[in-house]
Amino acid sequence: MLAYYLRLGLRSLRRNPILTALMVLAIGVGIAASMTTYAVFSAVSANPLPGKSSQLFVPTIDAWGPQGRIDGGDMPDALTYTDAMALMHDRKGVRQTAIYPLSYTVIPGDVSREPFHVDGYAAYADFFPMFQAPFVYGSGWDRGQDDAHAAVVVISNQLNQQLFGGANSVGRTLRLDDHDYQIVGVMADWNPRPRYYDVNNSDGFSDPPDFILPFTHAVDIHSDTDGNDLCRGTRGRDPGWDGWLRSGCAWVSLWVELPDSAAAQAYRSYLEGYAGEQNRAGRFHWPPDVALFDLTQWLQHEKVVPPETRMSLLLSLGFLLVCLVNTVGLLLAKFMRRAGEIGVRRALGASRREIWMQFLAEAAMVGVAGGVAGLLFTGVGMSSIGLVFDPDIARLAHMSMSLIGLTLLSAVLATVATAFYPTWRAAHVQPAWQLKSN
Amino acid sequence: MQIKPVLAALRHHKAGTLLIAMQIALTLAIVCNALFIIHARLARLSQPSGVDEPSLLVIGNEWAGKPDTDQIASLIAADLDTLRKVPGVANVYATNAVPLGNGGNVLGMGHSPDKFQRVADSAYYFADENTLPTLGLKLVEGRNFRPDEIGQVDGKGTIQPSVVIITRELARLMFPHESALGKPVYISARPSIVIGVVERLRTPFVDSSMAKWADNSTLVPYRWLIPFTRYVVRVQPGQLDEVMHHVRAALYAANRMRVINPKDGMRTFAQVREQAYRDDRGMAILMSGISVILLLITGAGIVGLTSFWVGQRRKQIGVRRALGATRHDILSYFLTENLLIAVCGVVMGGVLAVGLNLWLMKQFEIDRLAPGYVLAGVVTLLLLGQAAVLAPALRASRVSPVEATRSV
Repeated sequence: MLAYYLRLGLRSLRRNPILTALMVLAIGVGIAASMTTYAVFSAVSANPLPGKSSQLFVPTIDAWGPQGRIDGGDMPDALTYTDAMALMHDRKGVRQTAIYPLSYTVIPGDVSREPFHVDGYAAYADFFPMFQAPFVYGSGWDRGQDDAHAAVVVISNQLNQQLFGGANSVGRTLRLDDHDYQIVGVMADWNPRPRYYDVNNSDGFSDPPDFILPFTHAVDIHSDTDGNDLCRGTRGRDPGWDGWLRSGCAWVSLWVELPDSAAAQAYRSYLEGYAGEQNRAGRFHWPPDVALFDLTQWLQHEKVVPPETRMSLLLSLGFLLVCLVNTVGLLLAKFMRRAGEIGVRRALGASRREIWMQFLAEAAMVGVAGGVAGLLFTGVGMSSIGLVFDPDIARLAHMSMSLIGLTLLSAVLATVATAFYPTWRAAHVQPAWQLKSN
Repeated sequence: MQIKPVLAALRHHKAGTLLIAMQIALTLAIVCNALFIIHARLARLSQPSGVDEPSLLVIGNEWAGKPDTDQIASLIAADLDTLRKVPGVANVYATNAVPLGNGGNVLGMGHSPDKFQRVADSAYYFADENTLPTLGLKLVEGRNFRPDEIGQVDGKGTIQPSVVIITRELARLMFPHESALGKPVYISARPSIVIGVVERLRTPFVDSSMAKWADNSTLVPYRWLIPFTRYVVRVQPGQLDEVMHHVRAALYAANRMRVINPKDGMRTFAQVREQAYRDDRGMAILMSGISVILLLITGAGIVGLTSFWVGQRRKQIGVRRALGATRHDILSYFLTENLLIAVCGVVMGGVLAVGLNLWLMKQFEIDRLAPGYVLAGVVTLLLLGQAAVLAPALRASRVSPVEATRSV
């Protein structure tokens, strides 16, 4: 029976090609706009570390005081060196690492090649197990090497390819700026999106870091931060490197691993205690103000999903809604035009259910056609996504099998949902009235 | 005149009427908010930077191998010399940031050394005596820096300029009722005397959160001795491509211990501007595309539904024609009917548009919708509705009175 209904539907659709094309196009365009923006949105708002995100926390401490934030701004989204080191020293989490971005140059041994730029991070040994960084060769360094301020480095797979042609480079030496480092590990391709551990300095969607080396060593050799250096509210500071370390400038990110909510609660009160102590010691002249964000809260706090992405998703959903309203109208017109035919069929004994089935089948065919059109348009949308979104973000979104499935499914579902009212009306055509009036 | 019968007839197909009205309402709400956002974005990206954009080239240079502060000073001096010798180069200076360049330094400016008493936020640009002529800044008061006023500072040093040049906007904020020239301002513990006021110089930042002080810039007479230096090159008219071609090679020939990122180490100011406003332009493109398609779909929907009604009512139309209604009567009947529906739609849509705008204002940093946009949207949709209904209505008017006698 269904095959028959589908055949009937096809014939009916062919009878009004313009009206049919209009519906298919409307659904296709609406679905494509929504799918394209949804692909971008979901890429940008994905949880970068699903199994563990609820165990990773970022503590913040108001080192500026209410006066330093007269514009009503938030407390700094990084710690001062003083506070970060105090928290690192106390080791109240299972694991913890202070982080800051670095930028160096590499001068290749081969003199015919130009020097090139590398980006990376200064971190503690806990960084690797905490963030589950995968390795191709070797591993991270250990806490002892943190304490020894060791000149060791973990490099990315990409840098390893570039410098050593992908061979096992553990034990070899890498020169960054004017310092030599011993390579202890080569990470596998690893670049969580967003790069949650550095969203306070970057948009979180750029290329992976080339290297990671010990924080203690980076500070020793006076490597300046390549990220934000937020000095609002500091009443001047002593010049020079040490003057900067002692200052109220916020530039160090801190991540703490806490296994459960009890541990998080304990850490929160530890933070309050610490800030209270600073207040009593006369370093902060304001009541303690601290916060502890888990990974997802932190991504929200740092507004990692760009407003453009959210706005375009909402806009295209509104767009889809108009397209669907349009389709409801057109389907209604199409079905009601056949009131006479329905009347005859009903009079000949077709049940309401059968009429319903027949028209739903017809609508579903429009939906499938709309889905195929939507798929084509989504393809166009994905390839022109760079026109609208930042290239770093645009390249995250691509046509995946799940997106193709989602496109088709939502097209059919949306069409069947829109067909609900028109088919209901069609099924309720009064046979007697139709036969009489015509 | 025909309103009453039209209303009576509309009551017979409530669903269709409601659907058209709803579609018009939704389209209006989305389109006028979209237009408003497009306008705001376009207005942002056409704001002048204050510099002579067509003749500027920006080079980001990083020294390889970490030379020390003294070495950087002489390396920069040598580079500036090299750049000056490149044919087609008119002028050049070294700095930390450029307008719209995204990434720079900010400080508070006040009337006392107290950091908490700042009057205004300002971007600061490291500058020398060549900055004004290179950027083509218009000095409205005072004078340029003298070569002997240019100091040096390393990465973690303190900036305490004895003289500064500020923008007119910043001068107005600091000294609302008098000239800023010769007056002291505080960006550090020491007073800095304002020796010049330039007409306009935008900050490096294009974020909407910093838009409030987009014209607050301060030039400080320093050379910044850090491993990353930006050179701003002014080229002679029409020589931009030529200089672009040679400048990189010239720098590497002079000293190859450097990194100029092959991807974006060298940009014309047009490229700087393009990158700065990427998101804004993208939003404008997306919104325009969606608006146009929405209007088309709404128009097509009206054509479709009206055609259906005309088809359904051929017999009634025939009867009316047989009873003496003119073609014009039939035409104006459908036009009136559509107008009534459209008016209902735009009234709902107007309310919806304002509601949507209020919600968007809360969600994103968007201004209050100007009434002109709603008005323009209303007029557009009414015209669109009438245009869409014209073809089916004309077809209706051509229905012959004979139809009255047909049974099917």
